[in-house]
Amino acid sequence: MEIGYFELIISCIFVNNILLAQFLGNCPFLGTSKKMETAVGMAMAVVFVLVLSGTITWVVYNFILVPFDLVYLRTISFILVIAALVQFVEMFLKKSIPALYAGLGIFLPLITTNCAVLGVCVLNIDKEMNFLQSLVASATYAMGYGLALILFAGLRERILLARVPKPLQDTSIGLVTAGMIALAFFAFQGMV
Amino acid sequence: MVESILFLLVLGAVCGLLLSFASKIFYVYEDPRIAKVVNLLAGANCGGCGFSGCSAAAEAIVNGKAPANTCILIGAENISGIAGIMGTSAGVAEPMKSNNTCHGGNRATDRFIYNGLNSCRAVASLYGGKRDCTVGCLGYGDCVRACGFDAIHMGSNGYPEVNREKCVGCGACETACPKSILEVRTVSQRLLHLNSYDDALAPCAQTCPAEIDIPRYIGHIRKGQYEAAVNTIRERNPLLLACGRVCPHPCESFCRRGIEDEPVSINQLKRFVADYEMNSGKRIPMGCAPDTGKRVAVIGGGPAGLSCAYFLRRVGHHPEIFEAMPKLGGMLRYGIPEYRLPKKVLDWEIQGILNLGIEDHTNVRLGVDFDFGSLIAAGFDAVFFSVGAWNDYNLGIPGEELKGCFTGIDFLAKIGNQENVRIGQRVAVIGGGNTAIDCCRTLLRKGAEKVYLVYRRTRKEMPANEVEIAASEHEGIEFVFLAAPNRVIGNEAGEVTGLEYLKMELGEPDASGRRRPVPVSGSETILDVDMIITAIGQSPLLAFCGKGDRLDELKITRWKTIEVEPATCQTNVPYIFAAGDAATGPALVVDAIGGGRKAARSIDQFLRGKPVVPQPKALLNKHIPGTIFESVEGVVPKKRTEMPELPVSQRIHSLVEVDLVISEPDALNEAGRCLNCCRLCYNADA
Repeated sequence: MEIGYFELIISCIFVNNILLAQFLGNCPFLGTSKKMETAVGMAMAVVFVLVLSGTITWVVYNFILVPFDLVYLRTISFILVIAALVQFVEMFLKKSIPALYAGLGIFLPLITTNCAVLGVCVLNIDKEMNFLQSLVASATYAMGYGLALILFAGLRERILLARVPKPLQDTSIGLVTAGMIALAFFAFQGMV
Repeated sequence: MVESILFLLVLGAVCGLLLSFASKIFYVYEDPRIAKVVNLLAGANCGGCGFSGCSAAAEAIVNGKAPANTCILIGAENISGIAGIMGTSAGVAEPMKSNNTCHGGNRATDRFIYNGLNSCRAVASLYGGKRDCTVGCLGYGDCVRACGFDAIHMGSNGYPEVNREKCVGCGACETACPKSILEVRTVSQRLLHLNSYDDALAPCAQTCPAEIDIPRYIGHIRKGQYEAAVNTIRERNPLLLACGRVCPHPCESFCRRGIEDEPVSINQLKRFVADYEMNSGKRIPMGCAPDTGKRVAVIGGGPAGLSCAYFLRRVGHHPEIFEAMPKLGGMLRYGIPEYRLPKKVLDWEIQGILNLGIEDHTNVRLGVDFDFGSLIAAGFDAVFFSVGAWNDYNLGIPGEELKGCFTGIDFLAKIGNQENVRIGQRVAVIGGGNTAIDCCRTLLRKGAEKVYLVYRRTRKEMPANEVEIAASEHEGIEFVFLAAPNRVIGNEAGEVTGLEYLKMELGEPDASGRRRPVPVSGSETILDVDMIITAIGQSPLLAFCGKGDRLDELKITRWKTIEVEPATCQTNVPYIFAAGDAATGPALVVDAIGGGRKAARSIDQFLRGKPVVPQPKALLNKHIPGTIFESVEGVVPKKRTEMPELPVSQRIHSLVEVDLVISEPDALNEAGRCLNCCRLCYNADA
């Protein structure tokens, strides 16, 4: 892909925000945005998992699937690799770095087979990025996810105190709000 | 085709092998119940329970941080399965348990010698009872015979002891006892019961603003049952770590041993068991009554708010705390300095209360982020109002707006919030209360070279705790008594350079019984200082008035506090209840805790659709007539345990906690000094 790294970063965080522009990973977005504390933990876990799986799947694709002409097995092998990888990392953290595990460990299994993670891996391949590009893209997509999640958690903490009609309370108003933030993010469209 | 199958097989095998090796290498022991509970959860990782994923929810359930019915997707069968794994019952009505309110003791005068039938009922109906005491046990054991479950037996002291494991709460003993010393109550009823005129209460327990059953918990300590002691305190006071450190213990002034000897060091014993629980590394589990589904907004996360939320949660409601500051704790965190109550200790205590399932929202202010209207619209059924008293009084003298002038609570809150405050070299603190002393001692620790305490009366009239005054004397605070600030002197840059005061002399006693200070004319003296802190009292911050929906409906008294019905804590708006400093004006932490519980009782009535009425015969911190003695016979003096504290040289340059906890032998010794009083009787040789 012919693109500068600065444009790539801006594009991944804002223009093509994985959550608000591409609508991937909405389930944990709504599930963990009720409290700022959980949102921050989840954002950290997403960064961690995305960087790992984005790079590993690039390696699997370019050094195994392409040489053996098995590109059509991309989705299923990515799922398998990501799931195994996250499980492995989780066990490793639990044993070796319990503090980090306590911080983000419980969020790790939650996003193992999350569509945002798989989505980023597939996008990296589709856009024919090189290794470094896919590393940067994975990290910045994850930061964009974290940004949206933390913004949203801040809003939801406030919404709890606002006058919301009964049928719209909780997740419904959450979805409405998410839609409005997504509209706001569309203003970045066409920048890169 | 073949190669794709092969590839997937190989990839699967590699992943499987890798993971199976990893699980051996990175094996960590985990409570086996977590896996069992996970199997019974929905497995959707939906986050509907508020936890991030099913395994996190399972972990919380096993650790006692969430109830068995946490998962919103599973049915009754799975819930009872989880409850089975945890060894609790799922949401059945609370069990009734019998409780003996007489502590024993045989010093109440025997009215007569009785030679009749061995039955309490016969004695009681013949002469109204063998003993003078109206609440005491007669000791003939009608309750033991009435119990069909072998749950009551006569103890060695001649009064019944209830085996709580065997008790089924049938109420037979309560019916059989003619003196109604056996009460069959649910946990909720016990938690919300206010002290009343016909309870068996020692003078200390009558005095305690939080109504803790003091002789009972000291009795537990004497027997080495520290967990039971903690539970007894928690029935009335959820903030035992904080109170064990900062309470000025009004109870000790009424200790019967204190009449003939030094009083029992009640508060240090509380601190001892509270620290015992914290240092043991695990929390003693607390149960909550079945959910009622009612939500209460608690405005203000100080001692009153925390206490009210704690009691509401334990009786089954769902309180949520709204706090304007970045962290919970109110004056405990922002008013009491680190060296008296370490923030780490406070955090541990507050977390224990939140673990019951109380949500908190911090950094939200009434009148700015929400109002009563929005709370009602958000589905809250009642509001508890405990915003405290954060508004410092000003002196009203010229020059008070100069740079270097602070007010007490504002200053302490800034320090508590770890903000940078420029500390002067020579500082004058104006006022004679605990806030003033806290400011003085904090200033010394923050690097002030010379700290003066300027007070318009004398040491004898100072409202601060005696121990605090003594400690600040040891630390080298200079007291300027009989001095009324007249004006603040500043330089061209608008900075404070001095404080001019008038000397005073004591005149006639005023309404409060203290001699009124009268200024001596022409006695203006200048104190050379570069920082002045005014700590002469506080009132509630009522800035929210008029800033939003329904915020003007609350009636305010002329002391700028919220007007409440004192026995129920209900305000003029039926669904709003208030307690703590906001309703009483500045008072003790333990007053706020007691007020929170009193309000919780009324809110419980309100939420259950009952009329909000005061408890009949409620004592409300008065004393039961005839129970305060002039003298006590047969007390052998025993030395009171001294409070261990850090030496002055080690403490004045840091914020390390000054008061230390007493040792276990000292605690047992101190518990042995308790006379185990009831209303009339006491055990002199207990």
